[in-house]
Amino acid sequence: MRRYVIKRLAQAVGVLWAAYTVSFLVLDFLPGDPVTAMAGAGMDSGDVHPARLAALRHEYGFDKPILVQYADYLGRAVRGDFGDAVSTGRPVTSTLADALPQTLQLTGAALLLAVLLGGGLAVVATYTSLRWLRQLLLSLPPLGVSVPTFWVGLLLVEAFSFRLHWFPAFGNDGLRDLVLPALTLAIPTGALVAQVLAKSLLTALDQAYVETARAKGAGRWRVHVRHALRNASLPALTVVGLLVGQLVAGSVVVETVFSRDGLGRVTAAAVTVQDLPVVQGVVVFGALIFVATNLVVDLVYPLLDPRIVVASGGRASFA
Amino acid sequence: MSRMQSQSLVDDADDVDAPAEAALGLGRPLSTTADGTGTGARAGRRVQVRQVLRFLLRRPGLLLSALTVVLVVLASFWPDLFTSQDPLKGVPSQNFRGPSGAHWFGTDELGRDVFSRVVHGAQLSLKATIIAVLVSFVVGGLLGVVAGFVGRWVDDVLMRFVDVLLSIPALFLSLALVTALGYGTVKVAVAVGIASVASFARVARAEVLRVRQAVFVEASRSCGTRWYAVLGRHVLPNAAGPVIVLATLDFGASILAVSALSFLGYGAPPPAPEWGTLISDGRNYLANAWWLTALPGLAIAATVLATNRIARALDG
Repeated sequence: MRRYVIKRLAQAVGVLWAAYTVSFLVLDFLPGDPVTAMAGAGMDSGDVHPARLAALRHEYGFDKPILVQYADYLGRAVRGDFGDAVSTGRPVTSTLADALPQTLQLTGAALLLAVLLGGGLAVVATYTSLRWLRQLLLSLPPLGVSVPTFWVGLLLVEAFSFRLHWFPAFGNDGLRDLVLPALTLAIPTGALVAQVLAKSLLTALDQAYVETARAKGAGRWRVHVRHALRNASLPALTVVGLLVGQLVAGSVVVETVFSRDGLGRVTAAAVTVQDLPVVQGVVVFGALIFVATNLVVDLVYPLLDPRIVVASGGRASFA
Repeated sequence: MSRMQSQSLVDDADDVDAPAEAALGLGRPLSTTADGTGTGARAGRRVQVRQVLRFLLRRPGLLLSALTVVLVVLASFWPDLFTSQDPLKGVPSQNFRGPSGAHWFGTDELGRDVFSRVVHGAQLSLKATIIAVLVSFVVGGLLGVVAGFVGRWVDDVLMRFVDVLLSIPALFLSLALVTALGYGTVKVAVAVGIASVASFARVARAEVLRVRQAVFVEASRSCGTRWYAVLGRHVLPNAAGPVIVLATLDFGASILAVSALSFLGYGAPPPAPEWGTLISDGRNYLANAWWLTALPGLAIAATVLATNRIARALDG
């Protein structure tokens, strides 16, 4: 078990390094001189004094060969230093750390809503014997993955803030401010969870162990939830693990729609002024979230299905 | 050869895998006319057309989806078919009119007809989506085919790279690319396309690996066929199916991603009526003119819903 965790951590570090490298390549090799962009970010006029450009180039080490630059930056990134944000001059790490709590609140609430709504929909749709209810419920997820998130957010604002005055249209303190953004962010994720869970529930209900449970006299609801749902939740769990990163990234859109502070707003602002260090920090953070959630998901598998053991040799596998 | 194969499939397709079959049939009448030789082919076509029609009539949702896609494509090539009003010039005295017979989607703050802007915006959005899907199809497909066909360390290196791409959330990756490339419809499209390269590479590789082990590939090899001929004649045609289905699925996702980026303001510059931009413009008038956001969004949602429905039919 311990060897497994260590191995996974080593893999995680590898992925983070690679993500850092990819973002370095994307941001430094593609057309568009970062220094001109940065100099332009500070001031409005297009032409900047050549001396300032040279100074900036020197300050950020862009006058050195690319490999030296890469080694420099990587060395500092390992120590948690992603450089300073060009637009504010504050360290990237603390810029992101300050914005993070708001976004974690939002994505956490959205994840909870997505699992509850999506999971609930799948369970009810597969449980009910009312044909119309089943068809109605099962027609919702395809709809949920097809609507633009920002549009849903704006419609919710229109309906619940401007018409009904139930929730504020923007801001970020308190639970009331969280409801609409979290719901907006939860819809596409919840729809996917519902699709996967409904499908695997239907498969599970056809299995022999369900028949056995029924034969032994277990009630319909008990069979559905205790036996089928528990086994069917594995694929849904995998999907959730893959979607957490998308949820965090989705905060860019949702925080813009609801004018909330947070990582997404910081990212959008950084892209607008071409603040390369911040964008790079965000990309690496996204990879970190992905790696961390997948590690957690792999560790949760054995709790749901005891047949899966975390082998000392590598990934979780069937015994 | 391939047509004969599909022909025989049509004849006994009544009970097997109907959706995938007929969806393939949707595109086939055209190709049959293109090289339609003998009378046999022509008779076959008539049967197919009738079958396709019957198939569609039994599935009103799919029919509606196909119709929606046709309308969007028509709108992007011949916007004048749908509206005669100028999308860029407005009548200032007629601003903020609600939806009516004269202005189906109402008018915006400058008195421009919103319906006309949505219709003209279809071109920009469709162009961006097609570029995005092409980029991920070509780049991802190439990565996957090379990895699967060459194997060994090439496979390892390419797939580790793909894993890294997968670990970065798509929107973050697109945003990084937009930061590096700059703004504009095409650049946003390329950024969205690259962000979904990874899934194409995975599917293409899996398919190539599957087909490579087939007996007919082994037979062809043992006859001394050169590797490129094996690849081009046997592996690629047989591996293409699932990748093409993925492309149709990716179509809807790309429309959403492109419109999200243009909503954030990285798409075409202001007067251009890109769908995402329309909604972000309308956002400023949310309190007094709901139609500026609601109706263009409806166009996006309808298009994505339609392409997703068609993709599901292709998937079987």
